[in-house]
Amino acid sequence: MDLGILWYLVPSVLMFACGVYGFVTRKNLIAILISLELMLNAADLNFVAFNRYIFPGQMEGMIFTLFAIAIAAAETAIAIAIIINVYRAIGNTDINEIKKLKF
Amino acid sequence: MDITLPILILAIPISMFLILGIGGVKMSRKTAGVLGILGMGTTLTLAYTVAFTYFFSGDPAFIVDGVRQQLQVFDVTWLAFTDTLVVHLGFLLDPISAMMLVVITTISFMVHLYSWGYMEHEPGFQRYYSFLSLFSFSMLGLVVATNIFQMYIFWELVGVSSYLLIGFFYKLPSAVSASKKAFIVTRFADLGFLIGILLLSFYTDTFNFMELTHNPEGVLASTGGATFMGASVLTWALVLIYVGGMGKSAMMPLHIWLPDAMEGPTPVSALIHAATMVVAGVYLVARMFPVYLMEETALLFITCVGAITAFYAAVVACCQIDIKRILAFSTISQIAFMMVALGVTRPGLHDGMGYMSSMFHLFTHAMFKALLFLGAGALIHAVHSNNYTEMGGLRKYMPITHWTFLIGCLAIAGIWPFAGFFSKDEMLTAMFANNWIWGAWMTMVAGLTAFYMFRMYFMVFWWEENPHYKEHKPHDAPWQMSVPLIFLAAVSCVSGFIPFGELVTWNRLPYHIHIDPQVATTSLIIAAFGIGLAAWLFMKRNHKPAAMKNAMPGLWKAANRRFYWDEFYMFVTHKIIFNIFCRSIAWFDRHVIDATMDGFAKVTQKTSVAVKGMQSGSIQAYVVWYFLGAVAVAAITWICLL
Amino acid sequence: MDSVGNIVLYFVVAISMLVFSVMAVTSRKILRSATYLLFVLISTALFYFQLGYQFLGAVQIAVYAGGIMVLFIFSILLTHRPDDKSGKIESHRRIAGICASVLGAALLLGALFTMPVGAAGCSLTDVLAAGNCIDMQTIGHTLLGTDKFHYLLPFEAVSVLLLACIIGGVVVARKR
Repeated sequence: MDLGILWYLVPSVLMFACGVYGFVTRKNLIAILISLELMLNAADLNFVAFNRYIFPGQMEGMIFTLFAIAIAAAETAIAIAIIINVYRAIGNTDINEIKKLKF
Repeated sequence: MDITLPILILAIPISMFLILGIGGVKMSRKTAGVLGILGMGTTLTLAYTVAFTYFFSGDPAFIVDGVRQQLQVFDVTWLAFTDTLVVHLGFLLDPISAMMLVVITTISFMVHLYSWGYMEHEPGFQRYYSFLSLFSFSMLGLVVATNIFQMYIFWELVGVSSYLLIGFFYKLPSAVSASKKAFIVTRFADLGFLIGILLLSFYTDTFNFMELTHNPEGVLASTGGATFMGASVLTWALVLIYVGGMGKSAMMPLHIWLPDAMEGPTPVSALIHAATMVVAGVYLVARMFPVYLMEETALLFITCVGAITAFYAAVVACCQIDIKRILAFSTISQIAFMMVALGVTRPGLHDGMGYMSSMFHLFTHAMFKALLFLGAGALIHAVHSNNYTEMGGLRKYMPITHWTFLIGCLAIAGIWPFAGFFSKDEMLTAMFANNWIWGAWMTMVAGLTAFYMFRMYFMVFWWEENPHYKEHKPHDAPWQMSVPLIFLAAVSCVSGFIPFGELVTWNRLPYHIHIDPQVATTSLIIAAFGIGLAAWLFMKRNHKPAAMKNAMPGLWKAANRRFYWDEFYMFVTHKIIFNIFCRSIAWFDRHVIDATMDGFAKVTQKTSVAVKGMQSGSIQAYVVWYFLGAVAVAAITWICLL
Repeated sequence: MDSVGNIVLYFVVAISMLVFSVMAVTSRKILRSATYLLFVLISTALFYFQLGYQFLGAVQIAVYAGGIMVLFIFSILLTHRPDDKSGKIESHRRIAGICASVLGAALLLGALFTMPVGAAGCSLTDVLAAGNCIDMQTIGHTLLGTDKFHYLLPFEAVSVLLLACIIGGVVVARKR
């Protein structure tokens, strides 16, 4: 039994689908952020798998993942800062309570 | 002829207009007034130089074997639309344009000087002077036009300056509506003028006056005998061009704007609505006269319109109270006189003296009518009212105004030796020569003229003193206003002795004026009768005028209301045009065009209300739609690639 | 042919990854969600190790599982009481979520299984055996080099970005 590329891509797809589901259904801002991290992680895994199987002698995919992790860290830091601010303003982190930008 | 002077004659007024118009707000009144007067004075000197050189130098460029020459001092291409449709701007020097230069610059200079006193305390003094300069420029450009298109351009320019000056007191609603009325009525007439120009130039391929008038037979031939509705095309063209003249010269039925134009400052009335702009129609016919001679129908039309207008205006003038309105109707009547004199002119009748007399009357009328208007201005200045009912017995208080006004009245009534006698006598002779009906009719109008002028004179200067004089004593005007009065009165006394026939005739050959004793006596007797009647009725306060008025209340009221012409126009415009045409158009606009637009708006609004739920502000909903969209795009791409 | 150990490791990691993914997005207790996310991240790191990217796996654990998770935990503790439970998911949301995820997954899986696998189908052992494992020295040179296919500029850009994030985070979250 060989561990081909699909063995890594299929879990990545499923993880991504989980991320989508969580993003759409959850109401808590932090939970939404968690779903987002799932999706990001799925994409990272894709990069790595493609790099390893299709261009084994190169390292672009890995570098890309490296930067993606860095940017994910940045994004999470800012997002959490915003969430804390929202919590201060309205007392919870429910996305349905944030309506000031609605039409 | 050197082109410097002609160019300067046009350039000085327009540059004055620009200087005073742009820099006026920074100037004091005195600077603006002195600048305007100096500019006009220079123009006056130059115009006199040009005119006197033309008439009296005997230079072969101007007169050959006794025939005065027409010459284009310059004629530059201005707009070349196509090879054949080219518009020129130039300076045409011939007897009538030289005469008009003198008339315009003289009156304009007098009015500039007079306004310095008259308008002294009015706001917008600088604006007033700049508009006066614009008018002078436009009128000078009109008379020296070398082609009919240039004349049309300046024709519109005088219309616009007239509009600006009538509406000078733009805070008065009456002045605003009067200026609009003047502009719209004359514009309406100018439409006829434009069509006439196009018609004429379509057949003749030229706008140039010299080409048209030196070969009138060619003009007639070029139409090739084409007719329209029973009249030849040339008749139509000439009548339509004359319609433009009717508008500017306030002939019936387009006269309604001129009495209202008296809302403007009085010096403006003297300059524009008595002496210069309103005679543009006469000038236009005179300018095209050899072509008009080709079509007797057009001349007959001019004569009829003139005769009816002259009588109508004279009757109305008898029943007005506002002295400026009386003078306005008198102007209409006198211009109609000139029109009739032009209309009856035939080369075979006294060598076409009607044309000469018409131009002569244009000249003398400009002088004495400007004098009368300026005198009326002095009266209004003193009494602060336009109505003679507020005046009376003023001869003791305002001697200068009284004597100059009397001279003006005598001149217009046609009493020897004042200017009006000579020109009117020549005109009547020409009319009798054509047909005794015209002569008799116009002699009657001349009698009416004497009557209504002296009615006004007696009501203003004799009759009974207004009790208000004790509180506010009227006095003569300041020197700026008196000098023009005295000058114009002097001109009105002597200008009848100018050998006008030697200078201006239709074929530019000299014509020796001789007084026809029969006509002269008749008109003198009629004028004296009119004056006597006026004196009998109005010299001392009595009940005769009131009794006469009460004997025929309907007639008096109708004449006072100008025979309901304005009401007729109001009826036509408001009841017929506005109600029937405009209302249906407005209905169409509101219910079809606007409704379509409203429909678009409503559909858009409904749609957006319907779809605005999609813009919920919920990021998750957006993500669902976005994601499903992406999936759909990917699926479609994939299916296509399979 | 891959070793049995590799295959067993793969299944353990893959199954835990999927299970924890599902639990992370369905758990109604937010702190548990975060914990499950941590397990997912560690699983991913294990995959990286298995694929021969030791450095990347280390970064994943250090930055993601270490740094970011700490942020999550802190923020959760700041904004929630320990026994908070999020409310039930409304049915239309659930339907929308399931639709989107299932459709997306179906499309992607369909695409994956129909793609011509070719050389990519070879075993993990083969691709690793070819001496393709990257050592730390190469990574360092690549990240900080200025030649072609070197990444100094993006590296600096990311460092500036992170600095901006630090400042931004402080500014946004501080009490006014």
